[in-house]
Amino acid sequence: MTLADVLGTALASLRSNILRTLLTMLGIIIGIAAVITLTAASEGAQQGVGEQIRGLGSNLLFIRPGLEEADGIQLPGSGVNLFLEDSRAIEEANFEFIEAIAAQGTIGGPGDFIGAQAIYLGQNKSTMLLGTEPSYPFVRDFYVDNGRFLTEEDLTKKALVVVLGGDVADELFDTEDPIGKTMRISVGAGPISIGFNFTVIGVMERRGASANTSQDDVVIVPMPSLQARISLVRDARGRTNIDQINIKLKDRNKADQAKEEIGQLLMALHAVDSPDFRIQSQSDILDTATQVERSLQVLVVSIALISLIVGGVGIMNIMLVSVTERTREIGIRKAVGAKRTDILWQFLIESVVVTTMGGAIGVLVGVGATEIAERFQIGGDSQYVVTPLWVMLSFAVAAVTGLFAGVYPAWRASRLDPIEALRHE
Amino acid sequence: MISLTGITKIYTVGTQRVAALNGVDLEIEDGEFLSIMGPSGSGKSTLMNIIGCLDRQTDGEYILDGLNVRRLVDNQLATLRNRRLGFVFQSFNLLPRMSAIDQVALPLLYRGATNRKRAAAAALNLVGLADRMDHRPTQLSGGQQQRVAIARSLVTRPAIILADEPTGALDSKTSMDVMAVFRSLNEELGITIAFVTHESIVANYTRRIVSLLDGKVVGDRPNVPSYERDGEKMENAPAGAATPAEAPS
Repeated sequence: MTLADVLGTALASLRSNILRTLLTMLGIIIGIAAVITLTAASEGAQQGVGEQIRGLGSNLLFIRPGLEEADGIQLPGSGVNLFLEDSRAIEEANFEFIEAIAAQGTIGGPGDFIGAQAIYLGQNKSTMLLGTEPSYPFVRDFYVDNGRFLTEEDLTKKALVVVLGGDVADELFDTEDPIGKTMRISVGAGPISIGFNFTVIGVMERRGASANTSQDDVVIVPMPSLQARISLVRDARGRTNIDQINIKLKDRNKADQAKEEIGQLLMALHAVDSPDFRIQSQSDILDTATQVERSLQVLVVSIALISLIVGGVGIMNIMLVSVTERTREIGIRKAVGAKRTDILWQFLIESVVVTTMGGAIGVLVGVGATEIAERFQIGGDSQYVVTPLWVMLSFAVAAVTGLFAGVYPAWRASRLDPIEALRHE
Repeated sequence: MISLTGITKIYTVGTQRVAALNGVDLEIEDGEFLSIMGPSGSGKSTLMNIIGCLDRQTDGEYILDGLNVRRLVDNQLATLRNRRLGFVFQSFNLLPRMSAIDQVALPLLYRGATNRKRAAAAALNLVGLADRMDHRPTQLSGGQQQRVAIARSLVTRPAIILADEPTGALDSKTSMDVMAVFRSLNEELGITIAFVTHESIVANYTRRIVSLLDGKVVGDRPNVPSYERDGEKMENAPAGAATPAEAPS
C-alpha cells in the first residue's frame, strides 16, 4: 500500500462516520483554540505593558518621592519629599550623563483624591492636569502634533496656556480646531473647586491606550502657572513639592552610575542617610512587568496544555472504542489480504488526521475568537497578539498527541486474529 | 492445486484439548467445483479457515500451489490470502458505509494495484451488478450483497474461492441465483470453487462432495450436479432444504 492509499483509506473511513469524527476532533479543537486564544491574550498583555513602558521614552530615569510605609500603610506626611529645587540642583550639578531633565507635578492622576476637569462649552471631561517644563516633550519623546508646546516665556509669564492630550482634544472639541480656543480647567475635591480659563496652544501626538490608563488623557500647563494659580504645596522652607523628575540619559548603560550619583546628591540635599525617594530606570520597570507577565504566561500555557492532553485522552478513548466497534471490519480487511502493518497504519493515520484536522479547525476557531474578542472589546482595551510560534507549537502538539493516542489502539487493531475478528458480532 | 496431508487442529479450552480436525487428507485440483459437507461441529469451518490461510494447523502438511504454508510468516499468509484465495461468507461480511465498487476494489488496494476501479467494475459486471456499483450494502438486497462479496472474492483472480454457507442467509430462489453465479465462475473462468455447507441441496449443486464428521473425512465422491440431472425441476428442488431463517428484504 502506498502512503496515498493509506491516507485515502483513513479519510474514507473518517468521512463514513462524520459525527464520530467531529466528536473526536472536538477535544482537540477546544484545546488548540484555548492555547491560541490564551497565549494571544497573554502575549497581547505583555506587548501592551512593554509598549507602555517603552512608550515612557528611552534611556529614562524617574525620580519619585519615597513613601514611608509601615505594615503596608502609607504614613501621613510622607510622599511630599521631592521638590522642584531638587530638579534644579540636579540640573546645576551638570552630570555629564544627563541629556535633559524635566520636572512634573500632577493633579487628578490615578489614585489622586483631588480631581481635575477640562471644560469647554458645557462639555466636561475628567482628566489629569500636568504641570511641566519646555524640555518635557524631548525627555519623554512625546511631541506636539498640532500647534506648539510650552516655551520658557510661558513659564516666566506663568501664562494660562494649555496643551491638550489627544483624548481631551477629541472629546471636548470633536472636529473643531482647538488651537486658540479658551477653555476652563477646574481642580477640586468634592464641592470645593477652583477654575481658571486657559488658552489652547497645542495638541499632543497620540500615544495610544494601554492597560487602564490612556497617556492621551492629559492636559499640560506650564509648571509655574500650576504652582501660582492652582496648587503644588510649598513646604515650611519654601520648597515646591513635585511628583516626579524625568531624566533623559545620554547612554542607557550609564543608568546605574546615574542612579548612584543622583541618589548621593539628593540624600545630601534632603539631609538623610537613606533615600527618601525612589530612582527607577525604564528597564527596572520593564523587568518587574515582564516578570509578572512571564508567570502569567506560564499559568496560561499550563492550562492550555492540560486541555490539549485531555483532548488527546479523548481521542485515545474513542479510537479504542472504534477498534472494538470495527473488529469485524478489521477481520474482513485481513481476510482480503491486509497485513498487520496495513491495519496499524490505517488506524494510526486516522488518529493523526483527526488531530491535525482538529488542530487546523482549532487554529481557525482560536484566531476567530481573538478577532471577535478584539472587535467587541472583550476584556476592555486588551490587545490580542496571535503568535505564529504558538500556532505552530500547538499544531505540532496536536499531531503528536494524535500519534500517541493512536499508537496503542492501532497496535491492538493490528494484532487482532482474523478468525476471531470475523466472528465478532 | 491444494494438498492436505494429516491435518489436525487442536483447540485448548481451559485444560481440555479439543480436536477440531483429526488427520484430514484432501487434494483439490485446479478448476474443481466441490463441496465440503458436514453437520455443525464436524470441523468443516476449521478446515476452511486452514485452507483459507486464516488459521494454522496444529499438525500436518498443507501445500498450496507448491508452497508449504506451514513455513510462511503472517505477512506471507496475508499476501497469499490476497493473491490466491477468495472468501465468501454466509453473512456477506461487507463493510458498512462503503460503496459496492470500493468493497470490490479493497483486495486490490492491499495488493497496491493500479486501475483498481476498472477491475472492480469488471468484476461487478461479471456478477450482474453493473448498475449497482455506487450502492451501499444497506441499499442492496441479500442476494445482491452476496454477489458483491463474490465479486470481491474474484477480483484478484484467485486460484480458489472458499464459500462458507454462501446461501445460508438467502431464500431459495436467490440461493439458486447465487449458486449459478459460482457455477459460471467455475465453468467460464476456471476458478476452483469450494462450498462449505451442511445443506445437501447446496452440496448437490457441485461435482464432488467431501463429507466430514468429527474432524475426519468420511466420504469423498464425485457428484452429478443437480442442474445436469434429467427430470429434476430446479425451481422446486431447494424449497425444503434452504434455511428460511433470514428472508432478505
